Amino acid sequence: MTTRLRLPRLTVWQWIFAALMLGGLYATYVRVVYGLGGATNLSDEFPWGLWIGFDILCGVGLAAGGFTLAAIVYIFNLERYKPILRATILTAFLGYLLVIVALLFDLGRPYRIWHPLVMWNPRSVMFEVAWCVMLYTTVLALEFAPAVFERLGWKTPLGWMRTVSIPLVMAGVILSTLHQSSLGSLYLIVPMKLHPLWYSPLLPLFFFVSAIMVGFAMTIFESWHSSRAFGKQLERPLLASMGRVLAVLLAVYLLMRFLDLRHRGVLPLLLEARTETYLFALEIALLLLPMLLLFRRHVRLDPGALYACAVMVIFGFVAHRLNVSITGMETGSGTHYVPKWTEVMVTLAIIALGFAIFRLAAKHLPIFAEEKRAVAPPTLAPLPEGGR
Amino acid sequence: MPKAILYDSTLCVGCRLCEGACAQRWGLPYDEEISAQEKLSEHKLTTIVTHEAGFTRRLCMHCEDPTCASVCPVGALQKTSLGPVVYDESRCIGCRYCMLACPFQVPAYEWSRQLPRVKKCDMCYERQQAGLPTVCAEICPTGATICGERDELIAEAQRRLAANPDQYYDHIYGLNEVGGTSVLFLSAVPFEELGMRTRLLREPLPLLTWRVLSLIPDIVAVGTVLLGGVWWITHRREEVAAAERQAGKDGAKP
Repeated sequence: MTTRLRLPRLTVWQWIFAALMLGGLYATYVRVVYGLGGATNLSDEFPWGLWIGFDILCGVGLAAGGFTLAAIVYIFNLERYKPILRATILTAFLGYLLVIVALLFDLGRPYRIWHPLVMWNPRSVMFEVAWCVMLYTTVLALEFAPAVFERLGWKTPLGWMRTVSIPLVMAGVILSTLHQSSLGSLYLIVPMKLHPLWYSPLLPLFFFVSAIMVGFAMTIFESWHSSRAFGKQLERPLLASMGRVLAVLLAVYLLMRFLDLRHRGVLPLLLEARTETYLFALEIALLLLPMLLLFRRHVRLDPGALYACAVMVIFGFVAHRLNVSITGMETGSGTHYVPKWTEVMVTLAIIALGFAIFRLAAKHLPIFAEEKRAVAPPTLAPLPEGGR
Repeated sequence: MPKAILYDSTLCVGCRLCEGACAQRWGLPYDEEISAQEKLSEHKLTTIVTHEAGFTRRLCMHCEDPTCASVCPVGALQKTSLGPVVYDESRCIGCRYCMLACPFQVPAYEWSRQLPRVKKCDMCYERQQAGLPTVCAEICPTGATICGERDELIAEAQRRLAANPDQYYDHIYGLNEVGGTSVLFLSAVPFEELGMRTRLLREPLPLLTWRVLSLIPDIVAVGTVLLGGVWWITHRREEVAAAERQAGKDGAKP
């Protein structure tokens, strides 16, 4: 029954995937041959658009589940979260790889992406982000490596990985703290350009907290999708407790945002009938609504409702980052920016690529294998086997 | 002995010879059509801007503590001790953070090229090194743009303000804006009437990011101890539990 239902749906998705890949290839051709001018609607007044605003700022944030969950499992020792750890690490690793791909599209001279390695400017937030992203992508690769080693049956490197796992997780958490917040710090330098609804000295803090927040939302999101795609039982109590954490994080984040607006005395701006006000309201609504819902027990226990809340949080998070990078920058730059089709195409192709690689990896690597072990640990213990 | 430029709007007649001389030095095309574009771009590194209240110039302000140089991840932009802020295209990766960050919206990009560069005025750096004035100052027929040492130009500007207080708006633009710039402006009218940005901070913008960046070593140190500590606490609980289980077993046996 389930296979009969799944097959045709798969084909439709494969068609969409193929179409997006073809479109992406053509957009790549336009980008390479006609340069940034031919492939984007960017200008001297508006030098950062969708690729930075969505692919980089949102991409890195959406991959934050990796460090959050690693900290929960290894540092805070909450073992019950372990079954979903690998899938989350994989998502984060893919996320960072795709961010780097997007960066290659956006950089004017992509073949010089390695320059920050040897040409240093420690005063630059971008320099710090470059180093942290580079190091953290390496950490994620190492954190994910055991899944590959297990598949290949390499025992020795698996042992090494176990020895270094705690320092590795700690390094990952610190690197993530630094660059997740630094994505917000990038905008500290434009106090005259960024609209006061979003410009705040607390931007780094907001970017950090919202990254953790969306990390939880993404973990719920992908657990739901994995369970559907691979016909798995949802870890209901686990996801429900994550919904609880998400509700609290949302409450803390929204309260901080409100207090920040109040202390900076810009609340009256919300009465102005402007595009900025409406998009700000949208951003807040997309976070406030799931917060209110998640405080209700039956919402947390209903997988569909929980999933809907996670999706809202993800959209609210994306809205915030696009508001900072695009909406809030328009008036200050004196321009109006709408991404060109090529920018949208590349972005969609990159997202599609992410989904496809995750599927492929989940199929061929032991991503969900730990689940069984966690559910029934005694079968793995060698002693009862021999003793019997 | 840092160099600077002083532009006195009250002396400018809008002849645009500075634009032409600048284009020639950079080997850029210059014609009627380009001269009519009153905005900075990849092919126009300085421009005269016409306002009802008079003329003004747009060019790189060569800030004392340049935002562009602070944000560049690879140090492609540098403030030289001579005054000019220069661009090393061989380092540039094309992230365009300098363009986003510049409080005067000066750097332009070669959008249509496959391998683009950032374009901006470099205050005729190699001429300055040879002790020559910038081409825009050299060609200016009315003395509206002059070039010299920053201290002397500030003193000159103050002299002009003191000598003809009714002819000038009492402010030297660039003296303190974003911590001071190497291009200074005088005008008969308030500078916002010339379309210039006046809601600028008086402190250099790089301080805004440095305040956060300088915390990194502390965050790393505290973070390591905190995470290590939490790990130690949470796993200690486990040790205790295991020991208790063991003790319980031992106690139950006999």
